[in-house]
Amino acid sequence: MRYGYFPGCALHSTAKEFDLSIRLSCPHLDLELVEVPDWSCCGASPGHMISEELALALSVRNLYQAERHDLTTVIAPCAACYSRLKSANKEVREDARLMSRINRVVGEEFTGKVEVRHLIEVLYKDVGLSRIESSVTKPLKGMKFACYYGCLLTRPPKVADFDDVENPIIMDRIVEALGAEPVSWSHKTECCGASFAISRPEIVVRLVDEILKAAQFAAADSIVVACPLCHVNLDMRQSQARNKYGRNYNIPILYISQVIGLAQGEAYKALGLDKHLVSPKDLLKKGLASF
Amino acid sequence: MRCLLVEEEVHQFSNLVKALSGEDVSKCYQCGKCSAGCPIASEMEILPNRIIRLIQINSKDTVLSSSTIWLCASCETCFTRCPEEIDLVRVMDVLRRLSLEEGYRCPEEGILRFNRFFLASVKNYGRVHELGLMMKYNLASRQPFKDLGQGIALFRRGKIPLRPQRIKGMDQIKGIFAKSKPFLEREASGGGGR
Ligand code: SF4
Ligand code: SF4
Repeated sequence: MRYGYFPGCALHSTAKEFDLSIRLSCPHLDLELVEVPDWSCCGASPGHMISEELALALSVRNLYQAERHDLTTVIAPCAACYSRLKSANKEVREDARLMSRINRVVGEEFTGKVEVRHLIEVLYKDVGLSRIESSVTKPLKGMKFACYYGCLLTRPPKVADFDDVENPIIMDRIVEALGAEPVSWSHKTECCGASFAISRPEIVVRLVDEILKAAQFAAADSIVVACPLCHVNLDMRQSQARNKYGRNYNIPILYISQVIGLAQGEAYKALGLDKHLVSPKDLLKKGLASF
Repeated sequence: MRCLLVEEEVHQFSNLVKALSGEDVSKCYQCGKCSAGCPIASEMEILPNRIIRLIQINSKDTVLSSSTIWLCASCETCFTRCPEEIDLVRVMDVLRRLSLEEGYRCPEEGILRFNRFFLASVKNYGRVHELGLMMKYNLASRQPFKDLGQGIALFRRGKIPLRPQRIKGMDQIKGIFAKSKPFLEREASGGGGR
């Protein structure tokens, strides 16, 4: 199966290990990823806050790059990129006047023949649980994961329409197929405050504390995520949450693709597991003998 | 006797919001669900449902100078749960832009500054260069050592490239920035077209 791949800015820096582990685990599942040539930033939240036209045009430029290279489906692993690209696609497709206006701004003729999907949606729907299960060589027996979806993977349901909006289950099913145990918990879709990571970190620390506390309460060993912004907040702000709110956290935050790669027998370093601030080493010793 | 409430005047602000966002805030009956689920509610001086109410009663200045419109994280919880399907994020976006266009002072300087630096990075390179963005932000906020420990830890793990990546299609990116206007007037629709 051949897909366009839109890594987005974070996967080239703070979320490098998300990119590494996607590129390692997908071939085991016959997913061929072709990076969208010369992709550019989707504009994220600052784009739509300042100009709607800018936000749409930055996304449409990328969709056009995919269309021009015959990539009919684009996978965006970042929840924010996914949300921006998919909602822009939907808006211009549904409104011909808007489409021609945005095409004028971009200077290209996008026709709307591209689908935007998130990685976990493709894993669950196109690859399927049985295919994922049969790629497992080292089942993650005994590991308890809290699957965290955050805000934009399921919201708003008019855009992110592939899972239940209040109680999503796709990642839970995937980690189950890998032999691990998904815990039932309260904060699956709470927001981590992503866009304020730098400008209002105290808000992020408060939100992170609540999410970590909920995962701890559910007795999870680790939190599994599918968004680089969720990851950087939950991983990087853990020590500050500990200092400010006095709870003792040491919860590794893993990308869904790293977890899949581990179960497929890929190596610790190759999957970028050494790149987290909260090291998953002890956790993996507990579950797996040889990493 | 002069009639005090002229209909157009009373609805001036909500009509403007409707023309710019496509969202009809008059449908809001103040159930409060949006604020109940809002993750940032505890930092907001005016809750999201009250912002909507203030638009209904034409309190433009209060709304456009509030910190709420900048503290909204665009997490979409409110829109997802609103029984009237009012797209509050779309409304907040329009309020933020109006507040800038009309020269209101932004009480959340840091958030605005971050947004501007973020977009400047996109405009210059086509992608965001996180290290440059963080350094520029910290310097401008006069707190050069903020998050230094975290920054060094990320750097040591090879997660922060020193140099920005510049894309090839820079002319196109510059053109997009030059041609984009803040608002798209749209026809008022029921639930918005997101
Ligand atoms: S959820 Fe909708 S109807 Fe209820 S108060 Fe908020 S905007 Fe109004
Ligand atoms: S989108 Fe904004 S107002 Fe709505 S729930 Fe999220 S932070 Fe609150």
